Amino acid sequence: MARAALRGRLTWQVADLVDRIDETPQVRSLVLDVPDWPGHQPGQHVDVRLTADDGYQAERSYSIATPADDRRVTITVERIDDGEVSPYLVDELKIGDKLELRGPIGGYFVWQPSDGGPLFLAAGGSGLVPLMAMVRARIGGGGHVPVRLLVSSRSPDEVIYSGELGTIDTDQAGVEVIQTFTRAQPPGWSGYRRRVDREMLAEVAWPASDKPRCYVCGPTGFVEAVANSLVELGHKPQDIRTERFGPTGG
Amino acid sequence: MTSDNHVDGNAMGGLLMDAFGREMTDARGCCASCGSEHVMAELIVYRSGPGDVLRCPSCSTVLMVATPLPSGPRIYFSRLLWLAPKERA
Repeated sequence: MARAALRGRLTWQVADLVDRIDETPQVRSLVLDVPDWPGHQPGQHVDVRLTADDGYQAERSYSIATPADDRRVTITVERIDDGEVSPYLVDELKIGDKLELRGPIGGYFVWQPSDGGPLFLAAGGSGLVPLMAMVRARIGGGGHVPVRLLVSSRSPDEVIYSGELGTIDTDQAGVEVIQTFTRAQPPGWSGYRRRVDREMLAEVAWPASDKPRCYVCGPTGFVEAVANSLVELGHKPQDIRTERFGPTGG
Repeated sequence: MTSDNHVDGNAMGGLLMDAFGREMTDARGCCASCGSEHVMAELIVYRSGPGDVLRCPSCSTVLMVATPLPSGPRIYFSRLLWLAPKERA
């Protein structure tokens, strides 16, 4: 520990799992109690480390899903069936179990209400997690910045936080949620049913002349397609912040 | 370069913080090959090998390789001309 302390403030800590929330059949949120947690900004992540009996260690990064809340840190984990870490976190970790993590990490893909807006957020699949922390911070008393959140999912049963997204009152909250379903749509769906493209962004995103702050998170292909389309629509690259998830988060 | 098997420098935040003792994903760096400047979070990262390879998003030159060793993180600098951590308030 002494050596870690000398290297900087980032040290491995032991957290307790205090709650689990089923988001979809493949995704579960883990609510952790972390002693001495210094607080965090929406968009930041933690590194989680598992150690096997033989000493083998595996590390993964998980975005924090909630704004700062004392010692509580909530991460949302998608089970990758052949992964080394996520099946354990989603299926095996029980309330009261310990988990090793370090953080908060990230100084680029972060947004706080005081940073201003308007804010345009584009999520592909579980890329919604860090963007939801921003939305929750904004709705939970964080000023009046207008927010548009575009969520791309394959089907309705893969949408995390779907209940919460459905209850956001646009007029009251100033946060507008737009969804597209690329493979299967809810009955009677009249909204988008294709991958995010330039035409959709032209309709959904704030116009470039409004100088919005754009945050894009999801699989690599999604992020690059959306970011490139935003640039084609006139948004400045420095106003577009991106975070790519790997093909196998594991 | 546009293949789907990479992530970006956001994922390197923990290792870089371990190595440098401070947040580094918003540190700015300059590619010695093409001269473009990017923050660490924007670098293209390939994680399939024993070390994470960080490439310039403009010209895909290898800028750094980061390896977590039992003794601690080790960063190999190849074509990173300079690296400037962001000023903190």
